[in-house]
Amino acid sequence: MLVLTGAFAMVFFYAPLDADQGFVQKIFYVHVPMAIVALIGFVGGGICAVMYLRTRETKWDMRSYVSIHLSVVLAVGVLITGSIWARASWGQWWVWDEPMLVSFLIVFLLYATYWPLRFSLEDREKQARYASVFAIVAGAFVPLNFAAVRMAEAYIHPATGATVAGGLPPKMGLTFAVAMLGMGLLFLTLVKYEMASKHATFRLRALRRKLAGDDDDLMLTGRSAAPQL
Amino acid sequence: MRATVATLLRKELTLEWRTRESVPAMVLFSVATYVVFHFGLDRDRVAGDLASGVLVVTLLFSAILGVNRLFVAEHEQGGFDGFLLAPVDRTAMLVAKAVALFCFLCIVEAFALPAFALLLLGPPLTQALGPLVLVLLLANAGIAIIGTLVAGLAIQTRARDLIVPLLALPLLVPVVLAAARSATPLLQDGGAGALPGNWMAILAIYDLLFALIAYAVFDFLLED
Repeated sequence: MLVLTGAFAMVFFYAPLDADQGFVQKIFYVHVPMAIVALIGFVGGGICAVMYLRTRETKWDMRSYVSIHLSVVLAVGVLITGSIWARASWGQWWVWDEPMLVSFLIVFLLYATYWPLRFSLEDREKQARYASVFAIVAGAFVPLNFAAVRMAEAYIHPATGATVAGGLPPKMGLTFAVAMLGMGLLFLTLVKYEMASKHATFRLRALRRKLAGDDDDLMLTGRSAAPQL
Repeated sequence: MRATVATLLRKELTLEWRTRESVPAMVLFSVATYVVFHFGLDRDRVAGDLASGVLVVTLLFSAILGVNRLFVAEHEQGGFDGFLLAPVDRTAMLVAKAVALFCFLCIVEAFALPAFALLLLGPPLTQALGPLVLVLLLANAGIAIIGTLVAGLAIQTRARDLIVPLLALPLLVPVVLAAARSATPLLQDGGAGALPGNWMAILAIYDLLFALIAYAVFDFLLED
């Protein structure tokens, strides 16, 4: 999987032709897939949360948590790369009359509350349940918000769906597809890694507790709002 | 179901009538905010988009006050346990709370709107009172539904007062946007313009969709 991510990086430097915006346009291959993957990750987190509420198995809460966590990280990247792109092509760091930017920022702000919400609930089961409800509401909010803000204003933002279908020359389209794939795989790999690391941490903690022979797990847990297995 | 909702709603309104905890605070808050806006904007009168923005945002913030208090009595005095022990549908709680919040908001607006017209608004309020009330009713419905959901989500947390605005503000952005845009032509100088139908439609659809979402997830918030 990491090899494919490497391939994505190579394609990004190697394949695409410069468009009318010159070199700056290349950020498109990072920015847009990142945004799409982050949004899908948010919605995926919501779907995992639905599964948690149905099955009450912690692994679903874990998946939802990891998915939202990484999507928020990607969202920061999207906001930064988007800003750079906007500065280069529109001449300003931030443009308010731009539905994409505004709705993405709103979604990001909403998801930033995920951790305060988790942290302020002590009980693990309750934490998972409330976080799931939040993830579902927010996951449903993502497309709704985009639809609402989009209907709102005239858009000058390149709509990627339309661009991929019609506007992009084949070479750029291919690069974009590979970039999209690479970003998606990167996301999945990161999800896998984070899950594995969390599992390992819990195993380690459980073993250590067994060794110590006591159950002061509050001492060992530290301050973490991540779901426990 | 309907009887349960009616009972719960009666309880809410009686409670508010006797304690007078939320609504007076919300009214005072909105009036104080208009005064603050007067100094903050350094203007004697506002009109058009500025007027609708000031009106809607102030109402939103005063609504947040009400949302913060919405489940406090249940939480502190064990009303949740009593409700869960009763053999009734849990959705009744959602509906009753949302309707109660809707009523509170309407009462607040009954005071805040004249105050706004008196203190800040340039063109006469009467030039488009009917459509404006319609816009505000739709916005109230949205705020009531999302507010109840957020209040239910935040009530068990330690940092309740912090979580409520953090969650509610992004979720309410489309409501604010649509309500402010709908109200803009109603408050402009030189006679009211037509009510923008597409914005009203967005507001109504958003209300409806969130009502469905809230209906789907609210049961899980009342499980202990």
